[in-house]
Amino acid sequence: MIDFEPDEEQALIIETVHQFAENEIRPVARETDETGIPPAGVVEAAHELGLVANALPEAQGGGGARSAVTGALIAEELAWGDLAIALSILSPALLGFPVADFGNDAQKNELLPGLMDSAFVPGSLAIVEPRFDFDVYRPETTATRDGDEFVLQGRKCQVPWLDGGTHLVVIANERPSTASSSGPPASGHLAAFVVPRDAAGLLAEPELLMGLGGLPTVELAFERVRVPASSRLDAGDDDLRRLIDRGRVALAAAGVGTARAAYEVSREYAKVRETFGQPIATRQAIAFKLADMAIEIDGARLLVWEAAAALDRGEDASRLARLAWDQVTRIALQVADGAVQVFGGHGYIRDYLPELHLRNVAGFSSFEALALV
Amino acid sequence: MAIDFELSEGSKLAQAHYHDIALKQMRPISRKYDLREHDLPVEWVDYWWNEGRFGTKGRSEKLTEGFITICLQAEELCWGDAGLYLRMPTPALGGSAVSSAGTKEQKQRFMSKFREEGGHPIWGAMAITEPQAGSDAAAIETTADFDPDTEEWILNGTKIFCTAGEGASTADGGFVVVWATIDKSAGRGGIKSFVVMANTPGMELIGCEKKLGIRASDTATLRFDNCRVPKENLLGSAEVRKKDPTKTGDKGFKGAMATFDASRPIVAAMATGVGRAALDFLKEELENQGVAIRYDAPPRELTAIERDVIEMEAELQAARLLTWRAAWMMNTGKRNNLEASMAKAKAGLAVTKITQKAVQILGPVGYSKKLLVEKWMRDAKINDIYEGTQQINQLIVARRILDYPSAMLR
Ligand SMILES: Cc1cc2nc3c(=O)[nH]c(=O)nc-3n(C[C@H](O)[C@H](O)[C@H](O)COP(=O)(O)OP(=O)(O)OC[C@H]3O[C@@H](n4cnc5c(N)ncnc54)[C@H](O)[C@@H]3O)c2cc1C
Repeated sequence: MIDFEPDEEQALIIETVHQFAENEIRPVARETDETGIPPAGVVEAAHELGLVANALPEAQGGGGARSAVTGALIAEELAWGDLAIALSILSPALLGFPVADFGNDAQKNELLPGLMDSAFVPGSLAIVEPRFDFDVYRPETTATRDGDEFVLQGRKCQVPWLDGGTHLVVIANERPSTASSSGPPASGHLAAFVVPRDAAGLLAEPELLMGLGGLPTVELAFERVRVPASSRLDAGDDDLRRLIDRGRVALAAAGVGTARAAYEVSREYAKVRETFGQPIATRQAIAFKLADMAIEIDGARLLVWEAAAALDRGEDASRLARLAWDQVTRIALQVADGAVQVFGGHGYIRDYLPELHLRNVAGFSSFEALALV
Repeated sequence: MAIDFELSEGSKLAQAHYHDIALKQMRPISRKYDLREHDLPVEWVDYWWNEGRFGTKGRSEKLTEGFITICLQAEELCWGDAGLYLRMPTPALGGSAVSSAGTKEQKQRFMSKFREEGGHPIWGAMAITEPQAGSDAAAIETTADFDPDTEEWILNGTKIFCTAGEGASTADGGFVVVWATIDKSAGRGGIKSFVVMANTPGMELIGCEKKLGIRASDTATLRFDNCRVPKENLLGSAEVRKKDPTKTGDKGFKGAMATFDASRPIVAAMATGVGRAALDFLKEELENQGVAIRYDAPPRELTAIERDVIEMEAELQAARLLTWRAAWMMNTGKRNNLEASMAKAKAGLAVTKITQKAVQILGPVGYSKKLLVEKWMRDAKINDIYEGTQQINQLIVARRILDYPSAMLR
């Protein structure tokens, strides 16, 4: 039965997270972007809400209430506060969800409880590579089997790297043995590995991006990093494609939240900024731009929810996730650009939020799995 | 309740049922009545009157989803042919007006004939637009004067662009809902709607328009020359609220406008159907040529066509979901004025672009009348115009999100 109403529990989560975003995240968004330092107090406070823990398995002390729809609702509200801080807050899921989905009991018991401790522990997922021709389904980072170990080789970027993290998940191209390790990577052999941050041969270089100033990210070099064969998660190609879908749905939801923030601040500004004796919102050129923003945001959100609902039903959601993802990438840019425009010259100034929104959403065309549902 | 994107079983049945009708009854005569612009599509009208209108009765009645199902019907049948859809013998917009503004007695009196078995096909229509008043519906000049001796309203004026106006004004039992002012000095407050039964003396069918698309639909000009209608045919109350600067609107006019909250989602669904017809065809054609759309390819590797198709699909689905949301709000009794306009604005523009793109991608084949793609492009465009143009719906959305009365944003 078609229904667009979040259930009671979801409604409560939305309200709670929205208030948190409004009272805690938004006030520090600008400063966080400028300094590049995540607001530890805010992240800790968000951690106490248990947003990620609630979705982790009960066996390890989590809430066992994993839902892509709920995850999307949370991501939108947090990102409405600020995208970078939202991604920091949600980062434990980058380690937690792949381990919960594909880890063995030993991995779950080792890694998951820490993510639910009273102190915040971030997670990391390395998927994107620093090449203009990067294909998420055909990474060039390789994992080559060598006896009881895998040897990881390659480069990753846009890897969230908050202080205090211990492990990361790496998506690589798996190869059977050293014998065939030369030549271009074959496609269709995605594999995921849990790697400690301090593994020998793993070098992390802080990154500077156009946006996401408040989210510490690194470029990683894997120089013959050796990990035990047991650190490979039990996930095949299809599983990891779904993981990518989950990343897209989560990010698309965050994109909707970011766009909504840009839209709302520009709508409020348009009502108070006067030119030629009238608020600019009374001019159609401005009012219609705002109307289109509202329409596109709602349309994109419904695409995100539809894809999330398909994930929750256990269906192959790759097409729907792609549609949602494409739509959000496109409209978020349109909305944020429109917001800067509504602010005029002030939109260009870093005292106001729209330029931050614009820089943040411009990344959606290259982001993958910076969050998961 | 909880967020859910699965249609009920009944809805799925209804969808399949109407799809079948679209495919078997509409598509085969789609081109025929595009070419024979003002002919009555007899086989379709008869089919609908004798069979089609009884719908999925007995099959899935209890399982349907109210307005969602109506939207599904509109989408499927307009996937078949939007012009023929508008030519169906139904109460159509006239019915929406009676349902939203009429009394119980009026609903019974005007609508029951559409439900009775047998008889001959009849139509309902709504006539608001005049030569000098389209988007600005409050500027209509058709007058209604009360004759206390006979207790009748006397209508005078000219209405244009009245969909189904030929059928509704000439087939006994049908009716046209006519907007007229009973007090010009009262502005919007003086505007009322009147049910004029087909063949009422003084209502004259002047003719039908030649159009870009939806050519199977009769878009009529109607003249009212001392056309007398009984007082019981006024929908709502005859009370005139004089312009009061402290009030931004009037219930009568607003009530009449509220018809659009119910009809805009349906128009958006109709639009979606036409857009989907073009998109389905395009994808099928590409598939025949061995072009599969790779939803999992990196953007850099997508061909221009794949990119276009993915965008078209996302746009169409966004329009559809906005439409379903507005319809779902009707079902749940939520006020959907904003959401109905959002859906209409999005769908009207999205399918205009989608069908134009389909013609473009298919090249000479898309442009040729051998296929229906060129027709779908012509049919699609009306959705960006009637039931409030793109701009008028943007205006409504803008007012609602800014919380501005109409005086502040026109
Ligand atoms: C095939 C067809 C079927 C129709 N069926 C019916 C029917 O059944 N019943 C009925 O009553 N009417 C019907 N209409 C009329 C239709 O609703 C009107 O054509 C429509 O509302 C626009 O009015 P208009 O043509 O007078 O354009 P105008 O109102 O003159 O508008 C011209 C242009 O100006 C724009 N514009 C107008 N006002 C503003 C503003 N304030 N801000 C920004 N832009 C603005 C419009 O968007 C449009 O682009 C039909 C029309 C057609 C073509």
